[in-house]
Amino acid sequence: MLKFIARRLGIMILTAFVLTFVVFFLTNLPPNLEKLARSEGSVRMTDEAVAQWIIDNGHGGSVLGRYGQWLGVAPGWQNVDEKGVARGRCFAAGTDPTVAPTHCGVLQGNWGYSTFFRGPVLQNLGEKLAATGILMLWVMIVMVPSALIIGVVAGMREGSRTDRVLSTFSIATTATPEYVSGVILVALLASPVTGLSPILAKWGWIDGKILFQGAATAGNITFWSFALPVLTIALYGIGYIARMTRASMTEVMTAQYIRTARLKGVGFREVVMRHALRNALIAPFTVIMLQFPWLLNGVVIVETLFNYKGFGWTLVQAAGNNDINLLLGCSVVAVFVVLVTQLISDIGYVFLNPRIRLS
Amino acid sequence: MDDNLSYLAILGRIIAQFLPVWIALIATFAVSITYKRRLGLYGKLFDSPVGMIGFAIVMFWVFTALMADQIITFDPYAQFSGMKNKPLGTVLAKAADGDYSHFLLGGDHLARDVFSRMVMGARSVLSIAPAATMFAFMVGITLGVPAGYIGGRLDTGLSFLANLVLAFPVILLFYLLVTPEIVNHKMMFFSAFLSPEAELACKAKDSVTAGTLACFGLSIPTMMAATLFIFPIIFLSVLLNARFFTNPMRRNLYVGGVLVIGLWAYSGLAFNADPLGVWSMEPNLLNVFVSVVFVNAPTVFRIVRGIVMDLKSRDYVAAGQTRGEGSWYIMLWEILPNARGPLIVDFCLRIGYTTILLGTLGFFGLGVAPDSPDWGSTIDDGRKTLNMFPHAAVVPALALMSLVLGLNLLADGLREESLRD
Repeated sequence: MLKFIARRLGIMILTAFVLTFVVFFLTNLPPNLEKLARSEGSVRMTDEAVAQWIIDNGHGGSVLGRYGQWLGVAPGWQNVDEKGVARGRCFAAGTDPTVAPTHCGVLQGNWGYSTFFRGPVLQNLGEKLAATGILMLWVMIVMVPSALIIGVVAGMREGSRTDRVLSTFSIATTATPEYVSGVILVALLASPVTGLSPILAKWGWIDGKILFQGAATAGNITFWSFALPVLTIALYGIGYIARMTRASMTEVMTAQYIRTARLKGVGFREVVMRHALRNALIAPFTVIMLQFPWLLNGVVIVETLFNYKGFGWTLVQAAGNNDINLLLGCSVVAVFVVLVTQLISDIGYVFLNPRIRLS
Repeated sequence: MDDNLSYLAILGRIIAQFLPVWIALIATFAVSITYKRRLGLYGKLFDSPVGMIGFAIVMFWVFTALMADQIITFDPYAQFSGMKNKPLGTVLAKAADGDYSHFLLGGDHLARDVFSRMVMGARSVLSIAPAATMFAFMVGITLGVPAGYIGGRLDTGLSFLANLVLAFPVILLFYLLVTPEIVNHKMMFFSAFLSPEAELACKAKDSVTAGTLACFGLSIPTMMAATLFIFPIIFLSVLLNARFFTNPMRRNLYVGGVLVIGLWAYSGLAFNADPLGVWSMEPNLLNVFVSVVFVNAPTVFRIVRGIVMDLKSRDYVAAGQTRGEGSWYIMLWEILPNARGPLIVDFCLRIGYTTILLGTLGFFGLGVAPDSPDWGSTIDDGRKTLNMFPHAAVVPALALMSLVLGLNLLADGLREESLRD
């Protein structure tokens, strides 16, 4: 077991390095740096001045060297500009370079300066992640129980009418990506001209013009503003997890030990609750964990659609505004989430399923 | 004819507008159901109600894409004055002779006809999604079959690479690959890894120096296309070579034919350097296409590898090995045909997933072209006026949803029927 975890961890760390390097390489291509120079320096810089700016601000040299500095395994750059001011990665311009640390990168907790937020990346990203965390929490609270219930009820009696209705519902939700369900939900529930809201407003059942809010802000979370974003993300996941749960449940329900229990006279409810459920929920666990990376996708779409200023919104802004450090920070978080959930799902599967024995 | 239409009238007119599609659908179903016993797996599909519904929806969109020119009521790119954000069934403001009288599904924020754009969008989506899925399958099969059959180091290495791509958040990848700076940037093979200043110097120099080898570069999408597009050629050559190498005459004919046509298409599609100018791809389309193939290929690889690992312990593989068949023959002509059931099912599902991915790209404004009628881009356009004029976004959203739903149902029906025997 230990060897297995160690091996998985090793591969995970290697993957993390390769992926962050790829992102670093792609975000630090010369055209991006040139754009950065023109936005941070001056728009009317000559090509020579741009090249000089890039060198002066520590973006010169080989990609591997710069990646090392960003990571914090190579000493940060420092130089003296034409005015005689010492500048470097690890200290503010003009301060004494000898007292500053030599290494400052992601590993030392220095995630760089965000040109979009005009502040340190780590702090801003932390705030946005907290906002997304709340969103994800509610998504999980809505998604997991409803998906498991749908899956178990559908798989309990395979081929019954309930099964068919619920399976069709699951297929329909997996066919509805977030940007489709979000648009439809807003049109139905949060538009003053179509759907439910104008009818309710006419009857005088709601005070304002719309039932639900079409936008959500991080500081001000109410049921009416948060229901649609949560529902939009959860809906796509529900179908997928429910289908996996159903498949696993139908398989368990045909197993020998269930038949034995039934023949011994145990009631159907008892069989489902005490005998089938525990084994049927092993497979969905893996699926739920592997669903996290996809949720990340959903978060980006939904936060853009509902203008909720969280991690996904930050990623879009970072990419759109050529904010290299912020984009790198976002990708570190994203890669971390993906790899950790993969690891948990692998290890959890082994723990939960006694039939798997690792040599 | 100067009244706005009621919802019932709109529905009637839309159904009438789709007349060629209905005829084609009825013909397809009549022929297929009559001969279903002779049509193999395809015929069996008509035994399953779910599969039939799915097939009907998918074929509806396929016929719509094929006959889009007959169905549309207006030019999907044209703007009509006075029709901005107009609701469903509005009369065309300044109708010239021969124009259709109404905007059936209203106008969008640029006063274009939502109905015609939705119909043209079907063509745009269905010309990319199946082809991209096909390429992803070629890549996945070419790498997955040997990885599963041979195993060992090859498997470890390829699986690591596949997991690497899968661990990459899709949206981040899209943003990195499809942004204009990266797309237009010609990577210099020698200078890129050294320093940006060397590369800028390279760019600043006159064209004579820039033409030398040190400054020769390719854009990242072109490089990816060059890598990904070679796989169909490899796959087909190896496939035919494994079957016909005992008969050199035929082998040379077939493999030669594949190589000539394949490399010809390859030069045009990947490098846009087809000497005859038949094969070419818009740079934007190439980016979108390549990123979608790149995202899908690792999943296909994992599926194929899993199936092959399962099948290689079968008796017929052992029989083939004892008979002295080559490994490529066993892989491609013994194992692969037996893996076709799950692969066909996954192919249907994956076209749906690719459609969703294309929509995602469009939704973030990274689509084929800014004014393209594809559904993702139209949803992106429409969401800006979503609160007041939802129809512009809802119509393409429902269209996309129905196509993906149809593909999922079709896959479900196929799975049921292929498990039955």
